[in-house]
Amino acid sequence: MKTENGTPKGSPTEREVKRKTENNTWTIIKKEFARFFGDRQLLFTTVIMPGLMIYIIYTLMGSGMSKMATQGADDLVAVRVENLPTCVAPLWENLPATAILQQPVSQEDINNLENKDLNEVLVRFPEGFDSLVVQYKSESGEMAPNVEIYYNSANNASSRVYHLLEGSLSNYEDQLSNRFDINRADDEEVRFDLANQDEVLGSILSKLIPMLILMLLFSGVMAIAPSAIAGEKERGTIATLLVTPMRRNELALGKVVSLSGIALLSGISSFIGIVLSLPKMIQADTAGVELGLNYTSADYAVLLITILATVLIMAAMVSILSALAKDVKNAGTMIVPFMLVVMFCGLTPMFQSGTPQGLTSYLIPFYNSIQVMTSVFAHEMRWMPVIVMLVSNVAYTGIAIWILTRLFNSEKVMFSR
Amino acid sequence: MNEILRVEGLTKTFKLSRKQQKIERTNRKEIVAVNDLSFTANQGEIFGLLGPNGAGKTTTLRMLSTLIHPDSGDAILDGYSVVSQPEEVRGKIGFLTSELKLEDFFTPNYLFDFFSQLHQVDEATCQQRKQQMFSRFGIDKFAEVKVANLSTGMKQKLSLVISLVHDPDIIIFDEPTNGLDVLTARVVTDYLQELRSAGKTIILSTHIFSLVEKLCDRVGIIIDGHMITCGTLDEVCDGLPLEERFFEIYKAQKGGEE
Repeated sequence: MKTENGTPKGSPTEREVKRKTENNTWTIIKKEFARFFGDRQLLFTTVIMPGLMIYIIYTLMGSGMSKMATQGADDLVAVRVENLPTCVAPLWENLPATAILQQPVSQEDINNLENKDLNEVLVRFPEGFDSLVVQYKSESGEMAPNVEIYYNSANNASSRVYHLLEGSLSNYEDQLSNRFDINRADDEEVRFDLANQDEVLGSILSKLIPMLILMLLFSGVMAIAPSAIAGEKERGTIATLLVTPMRRNELALGKVVSLSGIALLSGISSFIGIVLSLPKMIQADTAGVELGLNYTSADYAVLLITILATVLIMAAMVSILSALAKDVKNAGTMIVPFMLVVMFCGLTPMFQSGTPQGLTSYLIPFYNSIQVMTSVFAHEMRWMPVIVMLVSNVAYTGIAIWILTRLFNSEKVMFSR
Repeated sequence: MNEILRVEGLTKTFKLSRKQQKIERTNRKEIVAVNDLSFTANQGEIFGLLGPNGAGKTTTLRMLSTLIHPDSGDAILDGYSVVSQPEEVRGKIGFLTSELKLEDFFTPNYLFDFFSQLHQVDEATCQQRKQQMFSRFGIDKFAEVKVANLSTGMKQKLSLVISLVHDPDIIIFDEPTNGLDVLTARVVTDYLQELRSAGKTIILSTHIFSLVEKLCDRVGIIIDGHMITCGTLDEVCDGLPLEERFFEIYKAQKGGEE
């Protein structure tokens, strides 16, 4: 057999070509491996860091979720029951952290339950429930006896006990072949979950929006900072600036402020998109809830201040990393771990109920911004945390600009290859 | 003649990374790029630093332009110290090296205005000077063309113009004709002579003998970071052509080391 060029198949020429191709392939593989394993930073960010970050983030997330799941589990809940039937009483005897109180439930009691700080559940059985259930015939077309359970889903303890009561009654109802109803709304106005609609919406927004804002601001900073600093180093244009009489701190401040401004514009554009699309996303429009109407101008002002303070420190930190990087690609690699930390801060509202009460938490950059934004959306804003967040973030930005100035002064950093 | 530059005992040492040690095939952890260098330059003269690659010429000029800091010694430019008054020094000098680049995105017009502002040049002077310089170097036709779209020669001329936006008294050029085509190189050398006639002081580094012979009033030969000899061309050459004299000095220096 001969090959196309006339040489016998398996002849030395063909084998040589094959061997050369294999050798070249192996040479390329070796070169790529040498490039990769010779770059300790690349090795760390590509191989070690992902596993490490996943371990850290998932551990913290697990801890957060576990904390969330057990929130309110030990809080004693008063279950006030009107007309407690003898057949139901044994079912509720040993429920954890509950105190069953047999007493009438008035409309005023129900209205009071709108206060989410009350650890209460109100239950109304029809008078003579046991006999009504026995007498009820589904084929009669009449309404089944209805048990009303009032609770507040914004209160974790109230919500927990509601689910326990509702679960045990549902089981009992199944045993009786559906001879009574639970929380049947005969009137559209009747609400059994007395959580305030604003609070419910605020709770949803406080878990979603701060993280989105943080991500959008970060993506804005990421899009420009590496090019503006590491890119200038790479292109050799930073040296042209450094031989002018301009002070290094003027350069650092100018970079951080301009990057913050551009990132802010990018963030605002994205934020408008979110605000416009959010009603659709959470289907709040169909529920008749007008998004944002219940936030005050102080809330909006605090939100704006928080975004400004956050973008300043974010731009300053990314600028430092960009200044330390050799080129834009290297800057991208260096910023990834920082981005993961920031994103983790953004996720924290999802695993917590309410915002930290102590002020020391508001000294932690990014986490403090997230907590303040969460408090604004959840209608829980307090001024002291806002002030601590603002002052600390401005101070951190000042320190970061000082570091950036030092870096611009460092010939090792500015001219290293 | 007025002394406008005094360099005294300038020394600069660079630490060598393991990678650099491998490249240099040495176990030394640091390298002395400039060693106790001293010289002076007078107003209205062109002073040339002549030496082979790696002699320390560029490092010296980078210290004079305050881009890097000397480990010891100092240089006084028009009364200002590179160590303690770097901002004032930068206001007095124009520095040009192939390492300094201009942003591709901007036009010559924008960059001239931008650097004029950084040098605190007032608007009227800036516009007058821009017109004059752009016309002198033929940049006016391309004033609104982005740097990215300019030819290499035009970019180099623009870099030269930008380094002089503030009409500095001391001009520091690192290898001024390096990489230039013959036409652009001629434009640059002619302009350097014009600047000298206008009373400017020019410090340049080069390894091109003909350039030194054509331009320099005084010259310093620098080898391995040391100033070996310094003086007028006649004093340094000692009756020999510059190239011959340089190799004589170089061999003596290297032979002495061996």
